[in-house]
Amino acid sequence: MKILIVDDFSTMRRIIKNLLRDLGFTNTDEADDGNTALPMLKSGKYDFLVTDWNMPGMSGFDLLKAVRADEELKTLPILMVTAEAKRDQIVAAAQAGVNGYVVKPFTAAVLKEKIEKIFERIQ
Amino acid sequence: MSDSNNKNPQGLDPEVTEKLRAQANALVEHVNAGDYAQAMTLINDLSEVRDQSLYREVGRLTRSLHEAIRNFQIDPRNAEQQEALSKMTDASDRLEYVVKMTGQAANRTMDLVEETMPKAHVIRDEAAALRDEWLRLRRREMQPAEFRDLYGRIDQFFVTLTSDADTIYNNLSEILLAQDFQDLTGQVIQKVTNLVKEVEEHLLSLVVMASHVDQLTGTVHEIESADVSAEQGVGPQMNADKREDVVSGQDDVDDLLSSLGF
Repeated sequence: MKILIVDDFSTMRRIIKNLLRDLGFTNTDEADDGNTALPMLKSGKYDFLVTDWNMPGMSGFDLLKAVRADEELKTLPILMVTAEAKRDQIVAAAQAGVNGYVVKPFTAAVLKEKIEKIFERIQ
Repeated sequence: MSDSNNKNPQGLDPEVTEKLRAQANALVEHVNAGDYAQAMTLINDLSEVRDQSLYREVGRLTRSLHEAIRNFQIDPRNAEQQEALSKMTDASDRLEYVVKMTGQAANRTMDLVEETMPKAHVIRDEAAALRDEWLRLRRREMQPAEFRDLYGRIDQFFVTLTSDADTIYNNLSEILLAQDFQDLTGQVIQKVTNLVKEVEEHLLSLVVMASHVDQLTGTVHEIESADVSAEQGVGPQMNADKREDVVSGQDDVDDLLSSLGF
């Protein structure tokens, strides 16, 4: 299981990386915005994407739409982990095809639950 | 705007309104009498009164503007202050310091956590293994050679347990110390907040002054409403529990998503 973590703050990437490692996912890579993430996704054979929303350059929402619009990537499971808490935004993310949505601040238990739920549904 | 009390709601000086009233009557009289030349002179006088009042207002605006700039401590005529950093530049430096301090603290904490967690793991695994052996001993299933092995292993475990517990204790107390940024960044943020409040007050009085000039001159501005796109992200929401358009936590998100069929 290869996972890409996208967040503009290295601290948050590190936290998510640690939590994922505790859940048994040790094969993770990091990117700091959508522009860096997209080429990695296209060449890297990732199984899962965890992304923030608000990032300079390409936002997580644009990344989500770009992934869904890409013939090769469109089935990639995406979990959004973000401080964006407007109802409109959550609805927009759902309509754009996000698989899970976690609002910051979050707990390890919530992250675990959402990731497991996504994999349950895929299998 | 100490003299705003002397004004009527349209922002005109009493002197101006007085003159306007007097000359308006004179104007009607002149027009009725067919004395158009006098009437035109009066109209010119009236517009002069209006202009003078406007100049006075602009003059006051300029003075207040100077006052506001002096309060920002970026008066370019003062060499001393010219050399010193302006409060505004200082504020962004201070906020950069906050970002740096919080980043350092977070990384220091995570370094220590990442160093400590594997130690806890090793202790747990070794304790579990020793417990299994110990139970075998108690059930008298152990050969004397195995017991000698266990004897040494327990001894070794006590030694590493002591030093690992010390390391864990020290790491935890360093994590505690790494939180000292809160005190420093808290003070800095409070100072910047005060500055922002000050600036806000000055800007507000500038806006009030400008609107008075607009009223006097009859200027109407077409203001285009700036639409902030939520698609690019707006960041954390304050007072989320008091707002309808914002979720107040993960439970709200889950409810919303399940209502959409997730």
